[in-house]
Amino acid sequence: MKAHLTRRYMFSASHRLHSEEFSAERNREVYGKCNNPYGHGHNYVVEITVSGPVDEQTGMVCNLADLDGFARRGILERYDHQNLNLLPEFAKNVPTTENLCIAIYEIVKRGFRHAHLEKVRIEETMMNSFEYCGEGL
Amino acid sequence: MVYLTRKAEFSAAHYYHSPALTPEENARLFGKCNNPNGHGHNYTLEVTVKGAVDPKSGFVVDLKQLKEVMNREVLDALDHRFLNKEVPEFFTRIPTTENLAIVIWQRLAPKLNAARLHRVRVYETPDLFVDFFGEEDQGEA
Repeated sequence: MKAHLTRRYMFSASHRLHSEEFSAERNREVYGKCNNPYGHGHNYVVEITVSGPVDEQTGMVCNLADLDGFARRGILERYDHQNLNLLPEFAKNVPTTENLCIAIYEIVKRGFRHAHLEKVRIEETMMNSFEYCGEGL
Repeated sequence: MVYLTRKAEFSAAHYYHSPALTPEENARLFGKCNNPNGHGHNYTLEVTVKGAVDPKSGFVVDLKQLKEVMNREVLDALDHRFLNKEVPEFFTRIPTTENLAIVIWQRLAPKLNAARLHRVRVYETPDLFVDFFGEEDQGEA
């Protein structure tokens, strides 16, 4: 029987929202204080939701140790205590939490083989969160 | 269609062990959850029902009734219990959070009459939860 399993992880990183497509004035207008050239940071919470049939022998959708290991190597070691603007995926994309959601979704989709990825949800602060379920939804 | 969610908490002990596996395989697969003396969690249960809003009462479901069904069918059976030893469903199934969500669904679904069960969500810890949408939720696995 199919169930959805969600696990939450946390990392801290800095970023600056600034688009090369915009003038300095336009950047300040669009991104406000997030455009501060020195950057700022967040404690991000990442929720990964996977689904699949519950294995009759183990009672699991997937082994949490596999998901935790993947998240540690694939996400936390990549993003924790980093400046997001310096990472290759944000060389051309503004490191908004929308784009971070898509980047993390792609990492999990590409690399995690033990269950079907349903959704990546990121809380940038306690007051705002973003979700990405892949193209087509 | 309106969705209504009611939360509840229960605390229980469990351990993970499959009789089909050797002790070494059990230890490798389940890690510290395999300790036969058990360990426990404060579980949070969210039960979501759906239905049309009754024009007379303005309710999707009578919350008092929902609470009574949750108390009788789920909390009385699971709260402050050792799941493997005291809850019949777990005499033969491993009490993972996945199976807990399925068992809670199976206990509640036949007892709800006004509204239909939409989702059972079980938090094992604030950082881990399972959603079950019913046996008909066949979608892509």
